[in-house]
Amino acid sequence: MKEEIVIAGFGGQGVLSMGKILAYSGLMEDKEVTWMPSYGPEQRGGTANVTVILSDERISSPILNTYDTAVVLNQQSLDKFESKVKPGGVLIYDNYGIHNPPTRNDINIYKIEAMEATFDLKNAKAYNMVVLGALLKVKPIVTLESVLKALKKTLPERHHHLIPMNEQALKVGMDLIK
Amino acid sequence: MEEVRLMKGNEALAHAAIRYGADGYFGYPITPQSEVLETLEELRPWETTGMVVLQAESELAAINMVYGGAACGKVVFTSSSSPGISLMQEGLSYIAASEVPALIVNVMRGGPGLGTIHPSQADYFQATKGGGHGDYHMIVLAPSSVQEMCDFMWLGWDLAFKYRTPAMLLADGIVGQMMEKVVLPEPRKRRTEDEIRQLCPWAINGRKNMRPRNVVTSLELDDERMEQNNLRFQRTYREIEKNEIRYEEINTDDCDYLLVAFGSMARICQKVMEIAQEEGLKLGLLRPITLWPFPYEQIKKSSRNAKGILVVELSAGQMIEDVKLAVECKVDVKHYGRLGGIVPTPEEVLDSLKEQFSINK
Repeated sequence: MKEEIVIAGFGGQGVLSMGKILAYSGLMEDKEVTWMPSYGPEQRGGTANVTVILSDERISSPILNTYDTAVVLNQQSLDKFESKVKPGGVLIYDNYGIHNPPTRNDINIYKIEAMEATFDLKNAKAYNMVVLGALLKVKPIVTLESVLKALKKTLPERHHHLIPMNEQALKVGMDLIK
Repeated sequence: MEEVRLMKGNEALAHAAIRYGADGYFGYPITPQSEVLETLEELRPWETTGMVVLQAESELAAINMVYGGAACGKVVFTSSSSPGISLMQEGLSYIAASEVPALIVNVMRGGPGLGTIHPSQADYFQATKGGGHGDYHMIVLAPSSVQEMCDFMWLGWDLAFKYRTPAMLLADGIVGQMMEKVVLPEPRKRRTEDEIRQLCPWAINGRKNMRPRNVVTSLELDDERMEQNNLRFQRTYREIEKNEIRYEEINTDDCDYLLVAFGSMARICQKVMEIAQEEGLKLGLLRPITLWPFPYEQIKKSSRNAKGILVVELSAGQMIEDVKLAVECKVDVKHYGRLGGIVPTPEEVLDSLKEQFSINK
C-alpha cells in the first residue's frame, strides 16, 4: 500500500494541520509517513499546500510531481493540481468559491460542499476535519479510530474536550460523499 | 519499547541535542531552521539537564559563544541557514585553528546573498572547501531523513570530540521542514566537570591540583611553530580521511547509469530510480554521507561499469567537481540542478538524464 496525497488551499484553512493529522493517523497504523509542507513567508490568506505520503515501505522522495489523490480547497489550487493527478486517481474539491470546475475525465472527481457543511456546524475551525472526513470516505487509507487516536496525540490535553466535536465534523465530511 | 514519533527534522535535532547531554546552544533565528531554537525553548532543558539555550544578538555572537564553550570542553552547538552561516565563517576558522570540538548545523536555503527561504545545496563549496580562511577542514555530514537529522547530531559530536575539530550538519530546507518518523535515542547525562577533565585534558576549566596551564588560541606569531600547528592539523585531516568516510549505495552493482546525490536530493533520486526501473532503465545511487571527507574511492569503484554519472544537486554544480576528481575523467560526468530555492521533480531529473546521455527509452 502506498498513497501519495497533496492537500492544497488557502493558508488558514487548516491544510497543513489536516495533513499532519493524516500523517499521525498513518503513524498510529505503523505506516511509513512523510509530511512535506510548502513552507513560505506567507501567513493567512496566501496559498498553502502539503504533500503527505503513507506507505507500507520506505518512502523515497518526499516531493512529487504527480499524486494518487489531490484535495483542493480553492481555485488557484485546483488550477495548479488538477493536471497533476495520476490517470485513474482521485480529485476532491470544495465547490465553495470555484468558478472553473475541473474538466478531466480520466480521473475520479468528487465535488464536496465542505464549506457549506461547516457553516451548518457553526464551527469554522472544524472545516479541515470535514474535508478529511470526505477524503477518508473516498479513500479509507486510515481508520476513523486512528484519526481519533492521532488527534488525542497531537492536541494538547487542554483541547481534548474538542475531540468529540472533531469526530462529528469528520462524520459530517464522510456523509458529503454520496 | 522505543517510541516512534513524528516530527520535523529541525525539531528532531533539538531533541537529539538535549538527549546527547549537550551543555549549550547559541543561535539566532532564521528560516528554514527557526524550529531548532523554538523547540529548545519549548522543551526548556535548562530546567531538567541544565543545558543553556541562548538566543544570541547575532550569528557572530553565537559562533563565538560556541567557541568559548568548546574551549572549555563543553558540548555546544549552533544552527543557522546559509546567510547566517556565512557570518560565522571567521569563528569557524578560529575553532578549527584552536582545535576545539563544536557542532554547527546549516539548514541551507537559496542564495547567494539573502536569497530565498527555500531549499538549496549551494553551500557545498563553503562547507567542504572551508568557507573561512586558512588550511582547515571540518567534518561535514549530510542527513537525508529526519532520523538522520537526529542520529548525525550524535555522530557529529562524537567525531568532533574524537578529532578536536568542528563538524557540520549540512541539511537543507526539505530535511529541516519535513516530518517523518523518528526514534529518539535514550537520554544521556551531561558530562560532569571531572569527566570533562578526563576526556578533554586540553580544555580550559580551572587549574585543579595545579595542573599545567592550558592555552586555547588560534594565534601563533612564531612562524615555525605555526607551520608545526598546520602540519598537525593536516595529520588529523589525513586520519579523518582514512577512518571516517561514510556513504550509502543503492543498486550500484549492476547499473547502466550512476546517480550521485546527497541529502534531500538523494531521496528524490531514489524516486527517479523507481520510475526508471518501470521503464527498464537500471540506475544506481551513491549518496555521500560525509561530504568531507569525500568518498572518492567508492565513486570510482561504483561507476566502473556505468555508462555515465549524473550528479544531482540543488546548485549550479559544486559536488560534481569532486565526482570528476574521483573518476579522473574516465567516466562521462553530467550535472543536473535547480537553483535559488527551486526543487526539481523526479520526472524532471529523469528527463534530464535521458537527454544528456541520449537515452531513447
